[in-house]
Amino acid sequence: MISVLSASEAAPVLSDGFFLGYTWLLPLASVIAFAFILFFAKKIDKRNAAAYISIAFIGAQFLFASAAVVQWQVRDKVVVVAHEAEGAEGEGEVSSDGEANAEPAEEAALGLGTSARFAVPTAEAEGEAKLRPAVEKSVTWYRNGPIDVEVGTHVDGFTVAMLFVVAFISLCVHVFSREYLRDDSRITHYFASLALFTGAMFWMVQSATTLGLLFGWEVMGLCSFLLIGHWWEDTTNTNAALKAFFTTRTGDIGLLIGIVITFFAAGETFDMAKINEAALTGKMSQWICFVAATCLFAGVVGKSAQFPLHTWLPDAMAGPTPASSLIHAATMVVAGVYLVARLYGVFWMGFSIEVGGMNLGAWVGSITLVMAAALAFVQTDIKKVLAYSTVSQLGYMIMGLAVGGWAGAIFHLFTHAFFKALLFQASGSISHSGSHHSFEMERMGGLRKHMPITFITFTAGYLALCGLPPFAGFWSKDEILTAASANDFKFAFYAGSLGAFMTACYMTRAYTKTFFGENRLHLFHDDHEAHAVAVDVHDSHDTHAVAAHDDHGSHDGPHESNWWITGPLAVLAVMSTIVGLLQWPGWLGLPAYNFEHFIEGNVFEETVLKAFGAPKFDFAIAIPSTLLGIAGMIVGVVYYKVFNHDAGLVKRGGIFGLIHKVLKNKYYLDHLWTGVVVGSIKGPIAKGAYWFNQKGLDGVVNTAGSTAVGAARFVYKYIDQGVVDGAANGLGSTAHGFGNALRRAQNGKVQNYAAVFIGAVGLAALALVLFV
Amino acid sequence: MILNQFLLLAAFLFCVGVYGVIVRKNAVLVLMSIELMINSVNMNFVAFAFYNDNLAGQVFALFAIAVAAAEVGVGLAIVLLIYRNRRSVDLADLSEMKG
Amino acid sequence: MLAQNIVFAILAVTMGVSALRMVTTQNVVHAALYLVMVLAGVAAQYVLLAAEFVAVVQVLVYIGAIVVLFLFGIMLTRAKLGEDGDLDNDQKWLGALVSTFLLGVFGLTLWRAFGETSLDLTNSVAVGASGVNTARIADSIFSDYLIPFEAASVLLLAALVGAVVVARRD
Repeated sequence: MISVLSASEAAPVLSDGFFLGYTWLLPLASVIAFAFILFFAKKIDKRNAAAYISIAFIGAQFLFASAAVVQWQVRDKVVVVAHEAEGAEGEGEVSSDGEANAEPAEEAALGLGTSARFAVPTAEAEGEAKLRPAVEKSVTWYRNGPIDVEVGTHVDGFTVAMLFVVAFISLCVHVFSREYLRDDSRITHYFASLALFTGAMFWMVQSATTLGLLFGWEVMGLCSFLLIGHWWEDTTNTNAALKAFFTTRTGDIGLLIGIVITFFAAGETFDMAKINEAALTGKMSQWICFVAATCLFAGVVGKSAQFPLHTWLPDAMAGPTPASSLIHAATMVVAGVYLVARLYGVFWMGFSIEVGGMNLGAWVGSITLVMAAALAFVQTDIKKVLAYSTVSQLGYMIMGLAVGGWAGAIFHLFTHAFFKALLFQASGSISHSGSHHSFEMERMGGLRKHMPITFITFTAGYLALCGLPPFAGFWSKDEILTAASANDFKFAFYAGSLGAFMTACYMTRAYTKTFFGENRLHLFHDDHEAHAVAVDVHDSHDTHAVAAHDDHGSHDGPHESNWWITGPLAVLAVMSTIVGLLQWPGWLGLPAYNFEHFIEGNVFEETVLKAFGAPKFDFAIAIPSTLLGIAGMIVGVVYYKVFNHDAGLVKRGGIFGLIHKVLKNKYYLDHLWTGVVVGSIKGPIAKGAYWFNQKGLDGVVNTAGSTAVGAARFVYKYIDQGVVDGAANGLGSTAHGFGNALRRAQNGKVQNYAAVFIGAVGLAALALVLFV
Repeated sequence: MILNQFLLLAAFLFCVGVYGVIVRKNAVLVLMSIELMINSVNMNFVAFAFYNDNLAGQVFALFAIAVAAAEVGVGLAIVLLIYRNRRSVDLADLSEMKG
Repeated sequence: MLAQNIVFAILAVTMGVSALRMVTTQNVVHAALYLVMVLAGVAAQYVLLAAEFVAVVQVLVYIGAIVVLFLFGIMLTRAKLGEDGDLDNDQKWLGALVSTFLLGVFGLTLWRAFGETSLDLTNSVAVGASGVNTARIADSIFSDYLIPFEAASVLLLAALVGAVVVARRD
């Protein structure tokens, strides 16, 4: 590494590197793949042509992203020099501003502007920190008065890491889908959506502006809708797709408002680097930062399935399993985490992370991770267990970011992508070959003998998720917990530890039920004779793959999937095992904290490093958390042996039977929550809501307090989706009341609408004439 | 001749058209009322073409007539379709809401 | 200019009354015929405004084609051809209120904006007698407005196809 230079010297030319400067080719390739598959794949006279085209594209993109990783790794670091006198300019000038002028003529010709602006003027940073400058390119999209709205790419280590993980996971998902959705009737649409989905994520993570980010964000929302609802013949699937779309859309209102706030507060710019700079230099007041961060966080809560908008994610299991894998691991849900990490300056100031204690993000993350882990205990559908596990792990990431564990949270995002993709695909493999297209764990059991590769790979993912060293999850989870502890977020730390324990516990339950004991598939023999129709609502996900399945194997029993499926599993398993070592703490003289040094940028420099210093590996945290994980696994085994063996066949009495019943019936847990959680936390509101629920059917809404109580019920409803059953009546009555009041306006008579519309326009015109 | 005499006449025709759109039950009559409104707009175009000494207004009126013709064609087709399906062109019957 | 004002007044009264009758008559065919009166009046106003070509097009397209289309529509939907006392819904007062209010807004705005601004009867549009205006319109349509013109023809084609698709029986 050549270190350089202050601004006064002749700055060396820092080559941007082709792969870093042209990352926009990645989303472009995805869009081309999307269009090509959509319009031409069906014309190609080869079965599943869409899959091969798609795999070719994503393979090339993966190579591109890998090359970008290498180029970033060898990119020269430069010394960050603070602003000298011109700090007021607001343009972070850096020692490497030679880069900005490196090829002016060429840039002018291309209409591109490249600049390295990454230093926030502070005295401390002067002449010390060495960072790799981000590669920025932008073009003016349109010009409105004095405001240039630019669209561009901002490529730094974080972006490159995201590009790599997205490309990697997406490649695995594509290969997996080739077998899983073989001969599906809408395979072209599936792969087209998959390509566009990946492209949107590529675009989002390299976008330099909030507008560009929003664009990718929304395209992903659309694609998730398409993928979740891929088998739209079933109403459950379309409902799940709609739910995912609308729930995330709810949060997006906040995101949009947040973007507008940051636009004006940071001096009319969408540029995220400038917004961060404005937040950290105090150009945006703390209060503004808080409002902006809260609004943006609403978008994050929707997209990253945080409490209380988490309800869409488990339902999203209705989509094809590889699509779930992509949604859960590398795209979609991590978009929210990415947003927080990218606009970290705003959140840092807005949530006062430096102060410690607790803040909104830490609360939401902590609540989410414990709540979702608890729900995972009572699922019988393995995909739903994994879905709640994802919600829980996302809670970890959000909590980690909110407690100042920036690098740890991103590292967790990175490692989680690998092992969660692995777990989902392994569950898909089981469904595909081992349990006749069902995800009900009741139909599995003993599969380790029948599906050895799936078993071994699932084990790797399982151990990674449980956080046992040296698997990936250990290093990242541990780093978040260390940050929570070191930065004085006690509650978050305890919640995180409890979550680690619970995670190990419920994953052990799922693991043993799936792979150990007797195979229970034959118990359901009757309906898998006619399994194309004999699936209940819970496992209707994959009935459509049945046709594909019919012609490639016998139905005699569970068997291993073929290499299109096991290949990605094996690769992901290896990654899940070793990828944590990127944060090797430097023992044995090996390079330390590689991942952190890879992703570090000036925002990290200015926030976490300045306030807390770099987080270090801490045995005082690591050993207890590992022990907690092991304890969770032991408890899980005991739990399985005592309660769940032969579940559904035994009728146990006494206390075991009671617990068994409670655990099997998720509504009991929900009732418990209504009583305990709601009773203690939401206390009076919930009581009022409950009372209202009982008596509210007859138009109580007309009373003055109806709006307040209606709002209370809205909160109440989202305490847990299971409560919906109980609350539905009350909610219905609220809607009924409002509906009654508003019904007269919506009478369906188009001419009445016309009258109101024209009258309103006339009034507006009159106001315009008289007062403007 | 003052400009406003044409403009006010056009405004009057427009408002009569609005009344027709709101009040008439028969879909064909509603379409006729819309034609009335379009005509009043065209009168404005032509009047301003005179006033501004610029023929662009007349050209626009011609385009508006073309668009109106297209609109009536499609509109009447829709009305016929509605009639065929429901045996009625009464707009009040079209509402499927239960309120 | 008195003659023109007298013509205008006659036309305006005729058009106003016809328009009002059009939206109040209880006979569907009469409504169509009143519409013809209004449209013819508008055409005459175009002539007053030195827009002969637009006036001719108005007569050809509106009275010649659109009204016929309306009459077909009336017949194909089997509206009663005689008196039919049930052509209005129950929103008469709402409609009257809204349109009167709108007229008030228009009147106020127009009067405030233009007052008694008179038209210049010597400008090029006004004196473009004997078809000169028509020639100029043709020039500008086929030069400045060529693309809108082509777009309009595509629009008409699309409307034609659309109307056929919507209305055919299948």
